[in-house]
Amino acid sequence: MTALVLLEFDAAGIKQPSRSAVAAAAKLGEVHALVAGEGVAAAAAAAAKLPGVTKVLVADAPALAHALAEPMASLLVALAPAYSHLFAAATAVGKNVLPRVAALLDVQPVSDIAGVVDADQFVRPIYAGNALATVKSADAKKVITVRAASFDPVAAEGGSAAIENVAVAVADAGSRFVGAELSKSERPELTAARVVISGGRGMQAGENFRLLEPIADKLGAAVGASRAAVDAGFVPNDYQVGQTGKIVAPELYVAVGISGAIQHLAGMKDSKVIVAINKDEEAPIFQVADYGLVADLFTALPELAAELGKG
Amino acid sequence: MKILVPVKRVVDYNVKVRVKVDGTGVETAGVKMSMNPFDEIAVEEAVRLKEKGVATEIVAVSMGITACQETIRTALAMGADRGILVETDVELQPLAVAKLLKALVDKEAPGLVIMGKQAIDDDMNATGQMLAALLGWPQGTFASKLTIDGTTASVTREVDGGLETVALALPAVVTADLRLNEPRYASLPNIMKARKKSIETIKPADLGVDPAPRLTLVSVAEPAKRKAGVRVASVAELVAKLRTEAKVI
Ligand SMILES: Cc1cc2nc3c(=O)[nH]c(=O)nc-3n(C[C@H](O)[C@H](O)[C@H](O)COP(=O)(O)OP(=O)(O)OC[C@H]3O[C@@H](n4cnc5c(N)ncnc54)[C@H](O)[C@@H]3O)c2cc1C
Ligand SMILES: Nc1ncnc2c1ncn2[C@@H]1O[C@H](COP(=O)(O)O)[C@@H](O)[C@H]1O
Repeated sequence: MTALVLLEFDAAGIKQPSRSAVAAAAKLGEVHALVAGEGVAAAAAAAAKLPGVTKVLVADAPALAHALAEPMASLLVALAPAYSHLFAAATAVGKNVLPRVAALLDVQPVSDIAGVVDADQFVRPIYAGNALATVKSADAKKVITVRAASFDPVAAEGGSAAIENVAVAVADAGSRFVGAELSKSERPELTAARVVISGGRGMQAGENFRLLEPIADKLGAAVGASRAAVDAGFVPNDYQVGQTGKIVAPELYVAVGISGAIQHLAGMKDSKVIVAINKDEEAPIFQVADYGLVADLFTALPELAAELGKG
Repeated sequence: MKILVPVKRVVDYNVKVRVKVDGTGVETAGVKMSMNPFDEIAVEEAVRLKEKGVATEIVAVSMGITACQETIRTALAMGADRGILVETDVELQPLAVAKLLKALVDKEAPGLVIMGKQAIDDDMNATGQMLAALLGWPQGTFASKLTIDGTTASVTREVDGGLETVALALPAVVTADLRLNEPRYASLPNIMKARKKSIETIKPADLGVDPAPRLTLVSVAEPAKRKAGVRVASVAELVAKLRTEAKVI
């Protein structure tokens, strides 16, 4: 029984959600990793260092440059016969590619798992995390995406896997990458940060998110947001935390001007410590907060920045 | 161009679902049901394409028990032209839904399928990708913008780092994200008109599909409950507690 894990990477190495996917796969047995893209030698070398990975498959081709679902899926389908399980992190890429792979293999995928029971059984949240379902797959092969926040990532270094090139012949499947508009930030990625500070509709305007900056600087935090703040155009879509946005479980989550709708809680309620700052003492966010401060954020945030400065 | 829009009947997003005491599922008896919110966005997008003259006909499809007709009626009231109910009491999982949709696409020959990115009950986020795979069509998932230009769909997608745009040769499958549009409320006259629109009912067997689930539910548990903690009186107290009690900063 060997699992193949599709990795995501950037210039800094293998992304943390992918390292969590490796950790989930390693619960079942041997793990091979797949690095696919164009000019991926450095990523392949980084993948070979992941503890628990015994072989790295490298597919280097222009058609794979942007991780489009159609070529990525045909690659994975070609590699699938050698594996009992195919894994990826439940990221935008994993969620785009793996269900396509599953359908081509006539498999019902198991999305966004939060636990591995055995080779056939997995735990996954349903209904915005209000219930945890244990499901058993009857398919011979499993196709799985992993909720990264639920598995401690393997370290970035320590292993020494063999690297093997795989030839790919990817047919044109009617999709073409046009361009990307990526948010630039010096901050840690939301799903990898030790501290996250998020703003909601209570922030009132995009420029007020600047009030979070000095605090995020002092705490080394990523900045997130509720759907309402994204819909209102205060911040870009990739800030959204929640059922249908990013799932985070940092050591510390600070919710500012966020009411605490079920869909938001779904994305952050597994954080170790939750702080809520809200002027409405009845706000549901206080029901999950370890520390609640009933205050106007426009006075509390500058005070918080100053207080942390005293550190 | 004909557009097919699959719409799922789900527990309303405002309902906080409860796990049944015997751990066999969640309580759905007497609970408010609605169209999956992402599917409302998909219907809205299709209706806008028709209003722009890009689409000529919108077919809304729902699969499941007889009551899914209500969901189709909602789509018809929003502007879909006719409905198809694939009726079954079998619990449908994304692979089965995708196979049934493929069979319908083979019959109806739409130029575009627009659907939700995720059903808010099973939170699978899989069916659109699977349908595209079975059809051999390109896919534009998590769409926040869609433009059709002749035989190409340009889809701006919400991805982890921001936005990405792809060009898809039609026919294609597009799945809607939250920012694609704001769905309209159906007006009373349109709700009345929708009653006269036709809904065809067929069975999975008519489409030659075995809808049997591949995943069995072993058990359902309540997630660990968080307890409300303490209220702090000031920012200074908050910072002191985070430093000395929680030790997270
Ligand atoms: C299909 C679907 C998917 C969704 N997915 C997500 C998701 O992934 N993530 C998500 O977050 N939401 C999601 N939502 C939306 C969710 O239901 C809520 O609407 C949203 O989370 C509310 O955002 P909010 O708390 O910022 O805004 P509001 O609910 O408007 O709350 C604003 C809060 O700010 C407080 N406030 C206002 N002014 C101040 C001030 N000066 N100082 C202090 N506090 C102040 C108010 O007391 C209030 O509690 C989804 C909804 C649907 C239907
Ligand atoms: N039973 C169903 N009937 C109609 N459409 C469905 C059904 N199940 C899933 N879908 C469509 O597939 C999308 C994604 O669902 P899922 O993959 O289950 O998260 C939904 O938003 C619907 O558009």
